[in-house]
Amino acid sequence: MILCIPSVGPDSGDSIDDRFGRAPYFIIYDTETDTITPHRNESAGGMGGVGLKAAQFLLNHGVDAVIAGRVGGNALEALKAGGIKVLLYQGKGTVKEAISGFLHGGLKEQE
Amino acid sequence: MKIAVASGKGGTGKSMVAANLAFSLSVAEPVTLFDCDVEEPNLHLFFPEDQPEVSSVSILVPDVDPDRCTLCGECARFCAFGALVAARDRVLFFPLHCHSCGGCMVACPAGAIRETPRQIGTVTERSISPNLLLVTGTLNEGEVLGVKVIRAAKGRAGAESWIIFDASPGTSCPVVETLEGADFCILVTESTPFGLHDLALAYDVTLQKGIPSGVVVNRSDGRDDVVHRFCNEKNIPVLAVIPFERKIAEIQGSGDLIARRDPAWKDRFCAIGRACRSLMEGGA
Repeated sequence: MILCIPSVGPDSGDSIDDRFGRAPYFIIYDTETDTITPHRNESAGGMGGVGLKAAQFLLNHGVDAVIAGRVGGNALEALKAGGIKVLLYQGKGTVKEAISGFLHGGLKEQE
Repeated sequence: MKIAVASGKGGTGKSMVAANLAFSLSVAEPVTLFDCDVEEPNLHLFFPEDQPEVSSVSILVPDVDPDRCTLCGECARFCAFGALVAARDRVLFFPLHCHSCGGCMVACPAGAIRETPRQIGTVTERSISPNLLLVTGTLNEGEVLGVKVIRAAKGRAGAESWIIFDASPGTSCPVVETLEGADFCILVTESTPFGLHDLALAYDVTLQKGIPSGVVVNRSDGRDDVVHRFCNEKNIPVLAVIPFERKIAEIQGSGDLIARRDPAWKDRFCAIGRACRSLMEGGA
């Protein structure tokens, strides 16, 4: 399973970003291989539609679920259409902690 | 002669000046007055209701043919506003993000996108008198592309002697679009620090657009020294000072025009129009 975690930096020790479209980094985590790959979010400073651009990025990278503080209405619609789940992570933890939260099954899905 | 009326700050009396100016000039010459405050147009309230003629304003947006679409994602990659998202089995379209540039249609290698109209507002024409036409742009609730409605409304301008564009407050895209093509800009201000602050912002816009301007001080309490100092420093002519008077407020508050009620005001507004014309000719 491929997870995406919007984060403030490129390392697993960096904090997750509670914004979705404007997070400076997207960290892709593969649960099978236990590897992380950071990507800079090229649309973070865009004029508008950054949530939709972020959704497109996730679709292009075959992501199954995104761990986020909250995702806006348009982006959520696009993610749902692509079969991507939004798993809510409240709090200011690191990417590593968010992944651990997911692996322990403690994250709820955003409806 | 195309005159834009702007202010920066809201509530200074742009519409009051625009309506009185249009009414006064129309006594002798043909005038078309444009309400370019498309998010909350209200100039028509100054004029008795006629039979308005409403036509719709549409923009062209993409329509993706699912049979031709290969889901390659080129359209989504092109769109700077995220209006198109290529999902796994279809392309999603988010209409409020679309700026109607047509680029996705060009970018699509499969020829799967055609453009289709989407209504975002209206233009209403009201014949106020044989010499005065009021054209109102109205943006539909929830829509964002006010500039397109302003452009559509202004497109109705003909060869009338006087064309007056009443702008929205602020200094952003709708105001810039309203100023486009104007020969002169009347900047309406009031004698408050807020009026002066926003006057400076609006004046900067006219400078950037290369449009000569003049100031009308409205609701003056007689203590307008800072406004006059600013105008002197920048070499902006002060076209008129309208006093803060109960009588004016009452006429205005009842939805009437001071120029309609008092011939002296009609003459003063005609003089403002003539001053704009001579300043434009002097500046050109």
